[in-house]
Amino acid sequence: MIESEGMVPAHTGSRATRLLGLATLAGIAIVLVLALAVTGPDAVQGDAARLIYLHVPVAVSMNVGFGLCTLGSVMWLWKKSRWWDTVAVSAAEVGLVFTGLTLVTGMVWGRPTWGVYWTWDARLTTFSLLFLLYLGYLVVRHLPADVEVRNRRSAYVALLAFVDVPIVYMSVSWWRGLHQTATLSLSSTISGLMLFTLVLAIAVSLMGFLWLLIHRFRVAWLEDEVETAGLDLAINERRAEAAVMEVSTP
Amino acid sequence: MFRDAALVAGKDLRIEWRSRVTTNQVAPFAVLVLILFAFALDPDRGVLQRATAGLFWIAILFSALLAVQRAFALEAADGNRDGLRLSGLRPAGIFLGKAGAVALELAALEVLLGIGVVVLYNTTWSGWLLLITTSMVATIGLAAAGTLYGVLAAGLRVRETLLPLLLLPVVAPVLLGATQAFEAALDQSASNGWSWVVLLSSFAVIYVAFGILAFGSLLEES
Repeated sequence: MIESEGMVPAHTGSRATRLLGLATLAGIAIVLVLALAVTGPDAVQGDAARLIYLHVPVAVSMNVGFGLCTLGSVMWLWKKSRWWDTVAVSAAEVGLVFTGLTLVTGMVWGRPTWGVYWTWDARLTTFSLLFLLYLGYLVVRHLPADVEVRNRRSAYVALLAFVDVPIVYMSVSWWRGLHQTATLSLSSTISGLMLFTLVLAIAVSLMGFLWLLIHRFRVAWLEDEVETAGLDLAINERRAEAAVMEVSTP
Repeated sequence: MFRDAALVAGKDLRIEWRSRVTTNQVAPFAVLVLILFAFALDPDRGVLQRATAGLFWIAILFSALLAVQRAFALEAADGNRDGLRLSGLRPAGIFLGKAGAVALELAALEVLLGIGVVVLYNTTWSGWLLLITTSMVATIGLAAAGTLYGVLAAGLRVRETLLPLLLLPVVAPVLLGATQAFEAALDQSASNGWSWVVLLSSFAVIYVAFGILAFGSLLEES
């Protein structure tokens, strides 16, 4: 089964992704130096604000992941292309990891800043629901089924979850908006170096996201290949058995 | 489409009426949930009255899970699902019919629980127009989303455990919106509640439209 679009992997690694991985590692090192040593502490929040260089970038990557999952699902329903289906499931899985990171870094930051790990802040609540929505997607995805059925089912679950996102977002922000105004707004005047570090961190996080996504895609693709090959092998074996039976029966 | 919907809804409701599963099992369960809340939250300190709106909707949400599961368990036996698919009814009609039957069952449960909280929690309802509008749009949204996930999970061996995981996060905004609107109505500040009705209506419209468009393809599989 050869797909026309994109590259079809034969391995989980390639020269290009090794370079991407190395570039990501180098980027992480630079961001660490910039974020921890070069930039100064925030005027209001002190050192805790440095978490922004981790929290915001992973949140951005998370959004990219769920966006790609939706795109992949739509494209699968439209073109019935295995390539897009694999993109959707890989993006959801990596996106979920980044959602987890977003929640954890948010909580770590919340403890010194708000004094609690969890608060019913609009964004924390939204992200926790998002996490559960896409967890459900992955559960459905991993249920045993025919490839065609599995792909369609998971594509619809992804779309059903996606149309819910704006409603979740609005309802949760209204809910909190009624009780407390502006939980937090980072000072809009962010110094040049801080801004540069943040933008660089977002770029590095996206590179890391892409690296993980490509590898997850390759693994998922190869898994499906192995499954198909295994099925073909089993069918051929049964056929061979049947042939032997025919020969041996007079 | 609407004729097909009426046929399917009529069939489901007739089965419910004759088998008495909703009246003898789901409705007592919903009342039981109200009683359990009283055990969990001290009834002497007014917590129950203050939390009425939320408790009412959580009881409805749990009952909706049962109603949806029941709506598709009806067709699990003897290849009824295939029969439905081959019947020539429009899938959009089947969706509207099943969702409509679930919505009517939920509406009946809401009336029952509405009386239940008056008796058990000593709640006094007010702001009727907002209460009724909220209930209607929230019920339509719950039934539509429930029916969509119900058909998705129906053919699976893990349907009982999967459905809550899929459905509850999706309908979380309905719980939030309906609770807030009910609280506004009970506080006699109905003007705060109408924006939630708009949100609940958008939820209902989105999932009804999704169902009309996609139900056929979801019924196909498994």
